Formats: sequence, structure tokens, C-alpha cells
Amino acid sequence: MDISAYLDRFGLLAVGLVAFVAILMALYGLAELASRRDRSRVVATVFLAPAVLFLLIGLVYPAVRTFVMSFFDAEGTGFVGLKNYAWAVSDPDALQILINTALWIIVVPLVSTALGLVYAVLIDGRAGERVYKALVFLPMGISFVGASIIWKFVYQYSGTGENQIGLLNAVLRALGMQPVNWLTEFPMNNFLLMVVLVWIEVGFATVVLSAALKGVPIEMIEAARIDGAKPAQIFWNITVPSIRSAIIVVAVTVFIATLKLFDIVRAMTQGHYGTDVLAHNMVEQAFRLNDDGRGATLAVLLFLLVVPVVIYQVRNMRRQELEAR
Amino acid sequence: MSTVPIGTSLPEDTGPREKPARIGETRGDRLRRVLSSRLASVVALLIAALWTIPTFGLFINSLRPDDEIRTSGWWNFFTDPQVSLYNYNYVLYSDSQGGGLFLNLINTVVITVIGVIVPVAFAALAAYALSWINFRGRNALYVGIFALQVVPLQMALIPLLSIFSRGLHIGDFTIMPAWELDGVYTIVQVWIAHSIFGLPLAIFLLHNFMRELPGDVMEAARIDGASHSQIFRKVVLPLVTPALASIAIFQFLWVWNDFLVGRTFAPGEATRPLTAVLGDMAGTWGFGWTRLPAAAFIAIVVPLVVFLLLQRYFVRGLLAGSVKG
Amino acid sequence: MSKTRRISCLAAAASVIALAATACGAPEDEDEGRGAVPDDATDCANYEQYGDLEGETVTILGSIRDTEADEMMEAWSYFEECTGATIEYEGTGEFEADMAIRVDGGNAPDIALFPQPGLMSNFADSLVPASEEVTSLATEGWTEDWLNYGTVDGTLYAAPHSSNAKSFIWYSPSYFADNGYEVPQTWDELIALSDQMVADGIQPWCVGFESGGATGWPGTDWIEDIVLREGTDLYDQWVTHEIAFNDPQIVAAIEKAGTILTNEEYIYGGTDTISATPFQEAGYPILDGGCALSRQASFYGAMWPEGTNVAEDGDVFAFRFPESNEGDNTMLVGGEFVAAFDDSESTEMVRQFLASELYHNARLQTGPWSTARQGVDPANATTPINEFATEILTDPEVTVRFDGSDLMPGAVGASSFWTGVVEWVSGDKTAEQMATDIENSWP
Repeated sequence: MDISAYLDRFGLLAVGLVAFVAILMALYGLAELASRRDRSRVVATVFLAPAVLFLLIGLVYPAVRTFVMSFFDAEGTGFVGLKNYAWAVSDPDALQILINTALWIIVVPLVSTALGLVYAVLIDGRAGERVYKALVFLPMGISFVGASIIWKFVYQYSGTGENQIGLLNAVLRALGMQPVNWLTEFPMNNFLLMVVLVWIEVGFATVVLSAALKGVPIEMIEAARIDGAKPAQIFWNITVPSIRSAIIVVAVTVFIATLKLFDIVRAMTQGHYGTDVLAHNMVEQAFRLNDDGRGATLAVLLFLLVVPVVIYQVRNMRRQELEAR
Repeated sequence: MSTVPIGTSLPEDTGPREKPARIGETRGDRLRRVLSSRLASVVALLIAALWTIPTFGLFINSLRPDDEIRTSGWWNFFTDPQVSLYNYNYVLYSDSQGGGLFLNLINTVVITVIGVIVPVAFAALAAYALSWINFRGRNALYVGIFALQVVPLQMALIPLLSIFSRGLHIGDFTIMPAWELDGVYTIVQVWIAHSIFGLPLAIFLLHNFMRELPGDVMEAARIDGASHSQIFRKVVLPLVTPALASIAIFQFLWVWNDFLVGRTFAPGEATRPLTAVLGDMAGTWGFGWTRLPAAAFIAIVVPLVVFLLLQRYFVRGLLAGSVKG
Repeated sequence: MSKTRRISCLAAAASVIALAATACGAPEDEDEGRGAVPDDATDCANYEQYGDLEGETVTILGSIRDTEADEMMEAWSYFEECTGATIEYEGTGEFEADMAIRVDGGNAPDIALFPQPGLMSNFADSLVPASEEVTSLATEGWTEDWLNYGTVDGTLYAAPHSSNAKSFIWYSPSYFADNGYEVPQTWDELIALSDQMVADGIQPWCVGFESGGATGWPGTDWIEDIVLREGTDLYDQWVTHEIAFNDPQIVAAIEKAGTILTNEEYIYGGTDTISATPFQEAGYPILDGGCALSRQASFYGAMWPEGTNVAEDGDVFAFRFPESNEGDNTMLVGGEFVAAFDDSESTEMVRQFLASELYHNARLQTGPWSTARQGVDPANATTPINEFATEILTDPEVTVRFDGSDLMPGAVGASSFWTGVVEWVSGDKTAEQMATDIENSWP
């Protein structure tokens, strides 16, 4: 293997690392100077400056630009008011996208969290718990693109050959049934795509919830049992409330990931056969159909859907602050 | 009635650590009894198997000869084992357009190292300022950064790319000239882009973690005359190491598995990261699709191994931020 | 040491072994179907006109990937050697999105190979018009039909690159000979032949529209072929939306296509298999006499199973889609256009080179390819089907029209048209409903 061909890359990496360390040291030096003079605000500024600068350039400016663009036409030149929004809530195709997205953000967080919780309870304290956990956790390390390839070999359909190379159709044939072209059958295909994301997210839910379960006080469960509570009651009345905040964190994290989902739909159906979702169609409109206005509008809608979560988070923070006092 | 442990009525299912008495049994034993134990085993095994089979199938397929992949399902490997490393060899080292992933692998490594270190470091600084330095507008700033998590990455691509390639101007005044990078050096732009896009989540998680640190420790340090920068370096950083590790893993997965950022900011075959190449291959499903399993597996294996090895840190860091959040 | 830890170490070890086991050097090149490059293409004297471009780099972005990209790069490697220029080619599976992002982001490639003229016209504001030299090379090299597709608002921006002939019907010459069938010259003869085959006990047509996320596109080619043969004017009005998609003439053309596509007796395996049969494999039953005819472009020549003899006297070959009106001589085509976003000397020279007879002749010989460049020798093509296609494409008498779905807006040509065709052949919609739905989706 000829390593020299890659030297330029590693050279760049080395220079990058050195430069970064230099920047960090400079920042720290500045902060140290300010600290000595007890200038909290200056210290805060120094600590926040790199992050805020990056965010302003890379996310705040694009967000504002997107918001403005949503009121303009396809070329981004003529002001059209709320026309794009009217399109998003009235056009049958756009409505289908909103319906699909609604399904995704309800089904995926719900199923992922529920399955993760059930699995976490099932394996809790069991011999080999770590292996159980690792097996389900693995998909989280796999890219959406990789996951799509993996699942293509599950859903693959061969119309002519006897040999089905897709797992699901092979099972059907083994059972003596006709193979199905899974990804084109609306509305089933939507749920089959959700399966891929659930497959990725359940591991995350399991790991977080499983750790939370370890924090449920044994005494409470014990007391309930002595009082004659049934297993289901114990589960619902003690276990679930005790790990409520962990459940919410999992659900919210999966919710945001679901809303931003783009790659799975892109790689598996390109949004055809009624499987389009908000984030994918946004890219489709902005980059492939050359309608900047509509693309931006869908991005704004995406943002609006997360506002309730942001508000919840803010209230949560206020509450904690009060508790802390 | 339910004081009789359910587990005792199912003696054949006693796990290695199952004890008839309740004293000394683990929380898991108890919860497991709450649900019927035998069913629990079956369901847990079933979920673990279902979650593993698709990836396993891809791995098997990656080792099979082209014709086999094309004409029969991976499970046929067990009745008719045929092994070929040709596809691995081709995708890694071939000079052809469909191969040479080794170079892309190097690119991914180079991109990932700085793409992880920079945002985590900047986020740590920012999170400290947001949690432990008092200044006006602190909460508003934090909420704003939290909300930035949902700005769709795709909408930020064009503005950011435009800043790199055209520079930043207000009227005739040039704030920053165009960067005019080419070749390998465009990787610098990818580093910056990844740092920006990774910041909101990293700050959010680290802030959650840092706020949980005991206030009296900080207070004590301050009374001892330590400055903010000293507290950050000597008190906070050691305490949040698990969180830093978990966020670094998060960011590592994100950068490694990225499909869009790399191809946008470092255009050209020579600088393309692995997942971007894989995505192109996956999208066509045309000629040479039989190389996909091998290519996908190469892209998957590194994050999987890293993930498995560091799983513990990942969980520990996440929990601190989430369970109480 | 935990179990997880042990498992992951095992996995790590296994993967290292896998990498090491394969690190035995680059695999050998497969030289299948590659001819020798002619001497004049390797002779630096022929590149003197492009001057000295030492140290210059030209970036090209296109949707061509894999083997085809290798062959293309080989054809221009002599240009690089002789002029000193470097051509950095990047093949992408997300051409439209990558172009949109890079052009808007101010980071356009020097040259883009647009597979769709419609897409190119969206970027006309950023394109560099063809220079005098490129224009004269283009007018010398291509017929007016072709140049129209490289022209936006009267300005020529791009010369064509590769071209493929789409109006082809694949058949088995030996099967035809054995059964006394003749290649049909008109639509009526085609239908008569199909009826004859049904009478002889087979389902004559192999049709497959499945193509992953792009399922349906092979069906749009069918309808385009029929509309084109109803009249080139009608075709032009249709693709430019001068007439509605559900114009009665278009609906009639769709119904005409339906005499084959929705005819239960004609379709191998029945019409409900069409949308589920992958287009890549759709024609395979021709090889064992399962069916006799399959409509697909010239590039289908490369998709037959290994060992298939694709030749006029071989296992399979193609004849031209028959005309509906006597005296017509039409061909539906696809291909790329070479447009530039950069006006530097080196980019200009590469554009001139890519429009030259020298390049097209060389490219014909580096791998299966066809072109409409006047002056090339079709015999240079590496396969009989590409020779046949190049002969037709370079024939100035042939009226050429570009694939309509590539000219329509993306919302139609890469979306509702595809899905509409699928719903129509599956019997979920009538031709009229399908056309009306597509018309409504026209932006």
C-alpha cells in the first residue's frame, strides 16, 4: 500500500490540530487574564465567542434567510406572501406529505420508546444483559445510508425470478404465498420505512431507559407488592412514573430525529408511492424541483412542529431553576 | 395472592441468579417476575434476533461472489457456502470509479478527527459559560441555541457554502474574502461545517450535564480564589469527562455517517468521505450493485466497533444529562 | 472484562483480518469490450491546437459513474498527457441536488455534463455561452435538432456529449428466423406481428417498469415513442406544454400505447407484473423464447446476462421502433450536454476537445458508447448495437427528439409522469384520468 499518497491529508490534519490547539490556548489565555481581574462578562464572552460566531454564520443566518425565502416565489425574487403556505396546506400532494409526516412523528417515537422500554424491562438483570443491549444498540452506529442498504435486502422484490433475494419475500414464498413489492404498496410502504428508523432508534431508547430503571427505588416496588398491587399496576404506577423524565427525553430525541429524517426516504423510495415526508420533500423542492420558496416553507413548517418541544424544554428549565433555589 | 412470587411457580425458568427468596434478589429479578418470565425470555430473544438479522445478512452477502448475491438470498450461504473477498478487494483498492474506497476511508478519518474535537471543545467552553457564569440574557441565549437544533441542515448548506466561496461582504465592505481553497484543502471547510452543525446538540447535552454539578464544589473553589478559567479547567473538565466522551461519540457517529456535508464542502472525488460514496452507490441500484454489501460493511464496521467499545461512556454521559432533565 | 467488551474486540479483530486479507493489491482491470484506442487519438500532434495547459485543472461534474466513467476518463487521458492539463472528474448519484447546491453556493464545477436539457436551462444565467470555436465545432458536429437542446433563448450553451438511441425494440434474430417472423416496418405491422405471435401461442411483449425510486420511467419512453410518431410538432407542443398533457391527441396516443401495454394477451406474465418487473431484467425471457419483443434504449445492450451475444446474427439485437406515418424517420434520444460555468482558457480548451471528432472517435473505442457526432466512424464502436445506434444517430436524415420526460419540469418528468404510467398499466387509472392528473401536477 502506498502511504505517501495519503500524506497530504495527514499533513493537513496535523496542521489543523496544531492550529486548533493554538486557538484554544489563546482563548484560554484571554479568559485567564479576564478572570484575574474578575470580569465575568468578559470571561463569558471569551468562552462563548467561538460557538456563537459559528452558530451565527452557519445556522442563524441560514434560518433567517430560509424564513424570508418562504414568502418568495420559486426563484426567490418575487414576493408572494403566504401563497407557499397556502400550497402546503391545500395541495393534495403536499397534504399527503403532511399526513405522512404526522404519522411518522407519532408512530416512530411512540413505538421506539415503547419497544425500548419493554425490552429494557425484559432484559433488566438477566444474564447477558450487556449482550442483549449491545445487539439492539448496534443499529444506532449505522448510517442512514447503510441502514437503507441493509433493509433493501429485506424488502427487495423480484418480479420475474423464483428466487427472492429479499428476506421478507423469501419468507412469504416459504409459506407458499405470493411475493409482494413492499415499497410500492401504499400505505403499507410508509410503515415499512418507519420500521427502519424504529430499528435504529430502539437501541437508544433501550440503553437510556435501562439505565433509568436501575434508579427506580426497590423499596417502592417492594412496598407496593406487599400492599397487593398486581404486576401491571406496579409497572404503570411505580416504574413508569419513576422514569418519566427519561421516557420524555427519549421520546423528544427520537421525535426530533424523526422530523429531520431525509436519508431513508431518499435512498429507499425517493418519496414516490405516497411515502414523501416533510424533510425529504423540502430537499426535493429546494434542490431538485427548483422551488426555493416551497422548500423554505416546508423548512419553516418543520421548525414550527418543534416549537412545542422547545417551549416544554424552556418550562422544564425554569422549573429546575426554581427547585434549585 | 401476589405475595407469592410468580417466579417460584415456574421453576424450569430459573436463571442463573434466580433465587426463591426475595431477600438479596436484584431489581431485575423482581421486575422480571412481574412479567411472566418465560414469555419474557422468548420476547427478549426474539427482539434481539430481529434486530441483528438484517445486519448479519448484509455481512454474509458482502462475503459472497457477485452472481450469488444477484441470484439468491444471503441465507443460501448456509446450504451452499461460497466465499469471495473479490468485492472487498475491488471496492477498497480498485483504481476504477466504483472502487478505491480506501482513499475515502482516509478522508473520513481526517474529517472525523477534527470534526469531533473542535465542536466538543467549543461546546464545553460555551456550556460552562451558560451554566456557571452569570450574565444577562443567559437563558435566552441557551434557549436560542437549543432551538437551533432543528434548523434543517440542508437549508444551511447553500448560505454557508456561499460564505466560503464568495466571502462575506456588506455592501462594498469585505468582512472576509473568499477562501479559494481547492484540492485536499477543501477539507478545512468540511471541518468548520461539521463543527457548526454539531454545536447545538453538544452545547445542549453538556449544559444539562454541567448544571447538575454540585454548586457547593464551585462555591468552595471560588472561595479558595480560583478564577472561572481555573474552575473550568481544574474542577469542571475532570467532572464532565464522561459527558464529553458521550458527546464525542455522538458527534463521531454523526460525522462518520454524514452523507451531505462532506460532498458539499469538499467537492471532488479525491476528498469525498466514505458515506457519500456509499450513498451514491446505494441510490442507483444499477450496475455493480453487488458491490454494495462489501462497501456498506466497510463503512459500517468502524463506527460499530468504536460504538461497542465506548458504549459505557456513551450511556453514562447521556444519562447524566437526560435522566434528570 | 465485560462480555460486550469481548464481543467488540472480536468484531474489531475480525474486521482487521478482513481488511488485511483483501489488502493484496488492486484488482486487475477488466478489459471486456474495450477496443484499442486509435493512433491519432494518442498522438500529441493532434492536441497541439489546445496549446500548453501545464498546471491547469478543470473540474467536471456529471452523473456518469463506475465503469462508464473510467472509460470516459481514459478517452480524455491523452488530452491530459499531451496538454499537461488535469481533468478532475466527479461522478455523482445526486446530480440535480449537487448542482443546485454548488451553483447557488458559488462553487460550481468548471464544466457540468447535464443529462437533461431542461435542468441545464434552469442554470442558464450562470452558464458561459459557447465560444465561436465551440459553436462552429457544434454546428459541424451535430444536426439542428440536437443543437436546439443545447440552446436556451437563442444562445448556444452546450454541445452534446454521448447520445443514445431510445426507440429500439429488442428481439431474438434467431427466434424470428426460426418462426418466419419479419422485422415490422410500421405500427400496423408491429401489431399484426404481435397478433401472429399470440396465435402461435406466446405472450409476445416483455415489459418491466420497475426501477427502484424511479419506477415508471421506462413507461414514459413508451408513450414518448408513440407521441413522437404521431407527429414531431405534436411532440414538441406536448413537451413544452403548449398543449395540455390531457389534450385529446395525447390521450389517444396513450391509449394507442395501451393496445400493447394494457393488452392482457400481449404481456408476458400479465399486465399486473409490469410495474413490478425490474427494467434491467425485463427482456431476459427473450433469450429462452418466453417472449419475443421488449422496448428499451440502446444502452440495454450492456444489461444482458454475461455471455449473451448481442449482434444482428446473435442471441439478441434491436430494431427501430416502427413509424406510424409513412415517410417518417424519427428517433427518440437521450444524452448529456457539456455546459461550462467557467470562462478560463483551460475550460474553453476542454470544451473544444469534448466537442471534437477526435474525442468522440476515441471515446467510441474505450468502451460501449454511442454518439451523434457527425464525422465519427460508427465502426469504431465496440459493440454491434452501439455501431447500429451510432449509424442512426449520425444520420442527418433522421429526425431526432430528446426524451420528453427530461424536458418537462421535474415535478412532471421525474415524478407524476412516472407514477401516472404505473397507475395506468396497473389498471388503477384510465388513460384520460392519468393524463388529467399529470396535467394538474404541471407547475
